[in-house]
Amino acid sequence: MLKQAWKSSQKRSSKTMSKSGISSPRTPYLLLLPGMGFLFTFFIWPIANLAQTSTQTPVAGGDTGSYEQTLRWKNYIDAFVENKEQFGRSFLYAALATIFALTIAYPLAYAIAFKAGKMKNVLLVLVVAPFFTSFLLRTIAWKQILGEQGFVVPFLRNLHIIAPSTTLTSSAFAVVAGMTYNFLPFMTLPLYASIDRIDPRTLEASGDLYANGFTTFRKVTLPLSMPGVVAGTLLTFIPAAGDYVNAAILGSPETKMIGNVIESRFFKIVDYPTAAALSFTLMATILILVTVYIRKAGTEELV
Amino acid sequence: MAEKTSIHGDLRLSNITKSYGDFTAVNDLSLTIPEGSFFALLGPSGCGKTTTLRMVAGLEEPTRGTISLGNTDITFTKPYQRPINTVFQNYALFPHLTIFENIAFGLRRRGIKDVKEQVDKALELVELSHLAGRKPTQLSGGQQQRIALARAIVNRPALLLLDEPLGALDLKLRRQMQIELKWIQKEVGLTFVHVTHDQEEAMTMADTIAVMNEGEIEQLGSPADLYDNPKTAFVANFLGQSNLIKGTISGNDGDNHIVDLFGQKISLAKNRSHAVDNSIYAGIRPEKFRISRLSTPTSGNLLSGGKIEDVSYIGVSTQYQVLMPWGQELMVFEQNDDAVAPFSVGEDVNISWESGFTFALRGDEDAEAGMEVEPEEIIEDDE
Repeated sequence: MLKQAWKSSQKRSSKTMSKSGISSPRTPYLLLLPGMGFLFTFFIWPIANLAQTSTQTPVAGGDTGSYEQTLRWKNYIDAFVENKEQFGRSFLYAALATIFALTIAYPLAYAIAFKAGKMKNVLLVLVVAPFFTSFLLRTIAWKQILGEQGFVVPFLRNLHIIAPSTTLTSSAFAVVAGMTYNFLPFMTLPLYASIDRIDPRTLEASGDLYANGFTTFRKVTLPLSMPGVVAGTLLTFIPAAGDYVNAAILGSPETKMIGNVIESRFFKIVDYPTAAALSFTLMATILILVTVYIRKAGTEELV
Repeated sequence: MAEKTSIHGDLRLSNITKSYGDFTAVNDLSLTIPEGSFFALLGPSGCGKTTTLRMVAGLEEPTRGTISLGNTDITFTKPYQRPINTVFQNYALFPHLTIFENIAFGLRRRGIKDVKEQVDKALELVELSHLAGRKPTQLSGGQQQRIALARAIVNRPALLLLDEPLGALDLKLRRQMQIELKWIQKEVGLTFVHVTHDQEEAMTMADTIAVMNEGEIEQLGSPADLYDNPKTAFVANFLGQSNLIKGTISGNDGDNHIVDLFGQKISLAKNRSHAVDNSIYAGIRPEKFRISRLSTPTSGNLLSGGKIEDVSYIGVSTQYQVLMPWGQELMVFEQNDDAVAPFSVGEDVNISWESGFTFALRGDEDAEAGMEVEPEEIIEDDE
């Protein structure tokens, strides 16, 4: 009771603070200025640049890499038709990585939130620990783990789970596994935040009201953790769909994703318009998918 | 599902002990709660009342002992298998469900398809039908409390457990809900087991109160029994206030003991004494005392030589602290209903009371047991 009273008095005092004349109505905009400036210079401007590049065509008789604006919208159709396989693969791999990451992260986050006790903070640090080393190094390490000299392949071969001739590197399996691993913390942290907020007494109440453990999970825990599920899947799916590092290091030409195509168009083939058109198509597709997903998940009702 | 609802009857706790490591929360507790009664477990923070309730609900397992409902042993059955529902301390409503779905939750889990009629009835009972479509966060504390009650009652459990259900409400709302709860209990005819640290709440609502202290039941009885004739100093002090005066039984007079209180003789009914030998504490409730000027004739027991130390005017009554010759201050509540002019500080007075109101406790008790408990602290601790 005292605690509540204290909290509400805090709220009251913070309200009176904002009214107390130190701030003019312009202050919020001034505070926004540095961020807006940064976003404009490093996001809006390059995006606009990219947009206008996407409809350019090569200068007739010019050098490689010289393009002129001709508003050729067909660039988009050409780029998509040429690379629809990689597009499909990107979204398939991203979806698989998201599903696997969710499957691993949910029990993990649940255990940290409800069962870890004093170990809670240690486990949270362990979840974030991989960030202390480079993303590239860790992905290269996976190449070794899944390689012929690693312990995984001989182990699976001995158990006859994979044929003696099968390798794991340079495969779709390796790419999806790498992505699942790399994005796991992004899935775990929002899930943890959301599960940790659940009042354990609501779970007791559910048990008290004739729901067994599984039903309690389905009807109470899962719905209450939906904000975390939505945030985690978005934080995993969006970067995974555009990822090219995992496919480049752990994949083969057969597992090329759209990120790899964009990268090679930009830096190797110097085909800027196609690379720009692909980038925009990827962005638009992700935007549409995410919008539909958020609508379906209906998280705004869950606060 | 059918066998679930068919379990009913008296709730019987037999030799229940619950230990956490070295700490014993509930110690060898035996208790029978008759079907259909309104029963209160009353005690300060940490007395084991909530632990007892959680064991009945199935949220904790007793270390030793058995719990049975009617003829069925339910000691180790899961909460969802017991025909028992709980109104939780902070309500624990499901924040993602509407009020209607909150109340329908238990019915749906038991596979009842047509829940509308029963949910509507429960909402009517708590007079909140108009809120069916809202979410719990849009309700006030008092409304949430009633929804928590409706959510439990709708299942028609054999036993309804209430864990400090009014603790988070303000005083006025608490009084109102006490009366409503009592009315609802009569209306639905279920067995209510109510855990509280608020003695007034327990006395207003319950037919039978068990006063708990340090994992054991100190005394069990009707509110009037407990108040008029407490068995221990803890009960005498925790349930209202008491004046406990050290004394010795010095003789007998028919059904009464003659008691010597620092040289003054009073009489005490033998059947109101819980003492084991001649050393006693004589107990008198402050409102049973009468103060009189030295010249005024008195009846019943009399203690003379008092001096008014402090006067506080409360409105309905005036509270006096009277210093006795042996150095003890006695508390006296006087109704402001007579023409006697109020006494003033320093006045010499006598104290008298009808001898039937005296009770006696064992002389080796701690006269201050149960006194130092602050209700506000209890709420904090329980959370």
